[in-house]
Amino acid sequence: MTTETEHGGGHASVGFYWMIGGILAVLTAMEVAVFYMALGRVEAPLLLTLSAAKFAIVVMFFMHLRFDSRIFTGLFVTGLVLATFVISALYLLYQVLPNYAV
Amino acid sequence: MAEVMVHDEHHYTATGLDSWKVGFWAFIGSECLFFGTLIATYLTYKGSSVQGPYPHEVLDIPLTTISTFVLLMSSLSMVLALDGVQRGSKKLALVWLGGVIALGLVFLGFQAYEFTHFVHEGLTIPRNLFGSSFFVLTGFHGAHVTVGVIWMATLFILALRDRLPPAKALNVEIAGLYWHFVDIVWIVIFVLIYLIQ
Amino acid sequence: MYFVMSLIWFFVGGTEALIIRMQLWKAEQSLISAELYNQLFTMHGTTMIFLVAMPMAVAFFNYLVPLQIGARDVAFPRLNALSFWIFFFGGVFLNASWLVGAAPNASWVGYANLTSTTYSPGPNVDFWVIGLSILGVSSILGAVNFITTIVNLRAPGMRLMRMPLFSWMTFVTSFVLVTAMPVIAVALVLLAFDRFFSANFFVPMAGGDPVLWQHLFWIFGHPEVYILILPSFGMISDIIPAFSRKPLFGYPVMVYAGALIGFIGWGVWSHHMFTSGLGPIADSFFVASTMIIAIPTGVKIFNWIATMWGGAIRFTTSMLFAIGLLAVFTVGGLSGVMHASAPVDLQQHDTYFVVAHFHYVIVGGVMMGIFAAFYFWFPKVTGRLMSERLGKLHFWTSLVGFNLLFFPMHFSGLYGMPRRTWTYSAALGVDLFNQLSTIGGFVFGLSAVIWVWNIVRSARRGEIAGADPWGAATLEWSIPSPPPHYNFGRLPEVRTREPLWHEDEKRDVEAATLFEPDVEPEMPGPSHWPIFVALGTAGTWALVMTGVWWVPLLGLVFTGFGVFMWAFEDPFAHVGEHHG
Repeated sequence: MTTETEHGGGHASVGFYWMIGGILAVLTAMEVAVFYMALGRVEAPLLLTLSAAKFAIVVMFFMHLRFDSRIFTGLFVTGLVLATFVISALYLLYQVLPNYAV
Repeated sequence: MAEVMVHDEHHYTATGLDSWKVGFWAFIGSECLFFGTLIATYLTYKGSSVQGPYPHEVLDIPLTTISTFVLLMSSLSMVLALDGVQRGSKKLALVWLGGVIALGLVFLGFQAYEFTHFVHEGLTIPRNLFGSSFFVLTGFHGAHVTVGVIWMATLFILALRDRLPPAKALNVEIAGLYWHFVDIVWIVIFVLIYLIQ
Repeated sequence: MYFVMSLIWFFVGGTEALIIRMQLWKAEQSLISAELYNQLFTMHGTTMIFLVAMPMAVAFFNYLVPLQIGARDVAFPRLNALSFWIFFFGGVFLNASWLVGAAPNASWVGYANLTSTTYSPGPNVDFWVIGLSILGVSSILGAVNFITTIVNLRAPGMRLMRMPLFSWMTFVTSFVLVTAMPVIAVALVLLAFDRFFSANFFVPMAGGDPVLWQHLFWIFGHPEVYILILPSFGMISDIIPAFSRKPLFGYPVMVYAGALIGFIGWGVWSHHMFTSGLGPIADSFFVASTMIIAIPTGVKIFNWIATMWGGAIRFTTSMLFAIGLLAVFTVGGLSGVMHASAPVDLQQHDTYFVVAHFHYVIVGGVMMGIFAAFYFWFPKVTGRLMSERLGKLHFWTSLVGFNLLFFPMHFSGLYGMPRRTWTYSAALGVDLFNQLSTIGGFVFGLSAVIWVWNIVRSARRGEIAGADPWGAATLEWSIPSPPPHYNFGRLPEVRTREPLWHEDEKRDVEAATLFEPDVEPEMPGPSHWPIFVALGTAGTWALVMTGVWWVPLLGLVFTGFGVFMWAFEDPFAHVGEHHG
């Protein structure tokens, strides 16, 4: 099995990376547009989705996780899942639960 | 059965993966928790400041959009730098590593401007919860960017001295992982602190 | 080095405990001041957890994991050295507070806003915040090292599901460490900013919530107790099969249960906060999750018993401690399940009932496991057996002392004796329980002295052990005791979970591991930079105490210099000399 350093020029071409960069720029523009459009309740979910897409794209393609060993994905996702858990738990306890105080 | 020998023991691994990369991804997992907890703290205290300035009064979306864009493009520059090193092109390596450094410094410049501007407006760490949680979160992020810039500058100098051949591409790859991670943390910060108010 | 250091801290923390016990001998006594008492119990807890239990386990990780998985060393040997030296300097810094008469005094959990500068104006809490921050770095780096080592350096054929259970539990523990430590790191950062830069994180007047500290602390704190116990569970999972001459019962279940405990451990933290007014919805969630986690733990107990069932049991000292763990930890686990019920916990919280519970699981669980492991693996490390006579004396003295010390606390706790207070009312009528505890404390202290006496004596005059004195099954027993510095002659290939218990495999494995090479395998040479960087790291943090913002930056420059020198050092530079 070849070691990681031997995979030469990488799976992606330079053009592919520029395209990803372009997509990221467009997604950012969309985020800002949503912000200024003041769409009410749809705004937050929409913004979260767009930023999640950016996040995933950078991780999968710039950090190469899509094409690398699943071990790396496992290491990253463990941290990511727990971090999301901590954020959600505290958000629920402090921003959501007080509205349902018994 | 005849005795078993592991060939090339010096480089033997159970997975075929580089240990540095394995270790670094484990470290990134850890950093997810570090920034996640800082972000959680910010969200916990959102709306709890007893006195202003409040976020909507000071956060500058157009300015931060530019700095976000700058950081994203620095990630692009980073992958191009890695590509350059992998291909053995000193010129490309220098151009794109230089790009990361330059864009990183621009980002830090925007942060410095933002921080001083906020302080002018009366927002400081002691002022209110927004000041405390905002400055600590973005401050630590900025510190990480600074470390990244120093790291990239080191690689730049190595490349300049012809000490970054394709065989050493892993060094750039790992530096890249760090840099992209700092970028994705900012993606989260941008949406949760700036855009969703 | 880890072990010797943590053994020293064990006696420091133990002395702190004995002074506490003397103060508590009688109601309303004032042998020592309330302030000193606060410092003693704070440092006792902080020392025992961060400077004893955790590093002792790390000592075993360090030494044994490479041997068990068939590797020559950990993945990052210099990073390993860094972790040790940061631990060293961190422990020294924390205890330096005694020298200035300002040891931390806000308990090992440091609740806000007692820890604010308003209510803790002196440097005591600063020492605590900075000391723990330093130690946290050591743990995170160590965990990264062990994750990488276990993922990447297992010998051929050593699939994850063939690893000895101690290495498996090290793996799970490392994951919990690497994810939980950053949370307390942030909590400490927030507290540090409150104290040094007047931030508002735990300042009620500014809208801050002291309970947030509790959340952040326990989101770390509960996984922390699993960090403490899982290594000991791993240790006895290798020891009990050896002394039952039977493979571990239900190996896969033991692995999954361990992993499950590590994972579910993230979802139970607020059972430490049932009296903090979270409300019935939050409370109910945590009651449920806490009760659920008892299940995989119980499964493990049954599997250990099943391993012994029908086996040819040898009651060596190591085995006695392992069995002792089963009994004593179960008692502690039961009182834990009692706490899990929020209404019941309302009475038990902040009483000695809780003190009884956690000492049963930590001393009875974690420490007994470490004692068992020590007797088991001492021969491998030193080449000599420990005295079984002294060992049994150690065991029985510690068992009696321990139970005399902590069992009465269930009673004094239920009768209302509060924790963390320097004296108690005579009207409670708990004097007798306290006296029993104090006597028990000294007996337990005596057992520790017996242990150290056994160590010193056996290291010098113990019976020669040979490679495999116990007839155990795993790879570390296939090489000489002590092992050569390159561990294995050649990396072996394994085919089962108990390589040395299958004749063919044993022959093939030993042909590789006992092979004496003409030219020794290249091992990286020693380096100065880890200790330099450790000093820089600890020093930078310590300089925060000056209160001048740019002084720590100097420390950062010092540290950065060390990092650069390290990065550009060639660890194999010395190797050319051998081949000359």
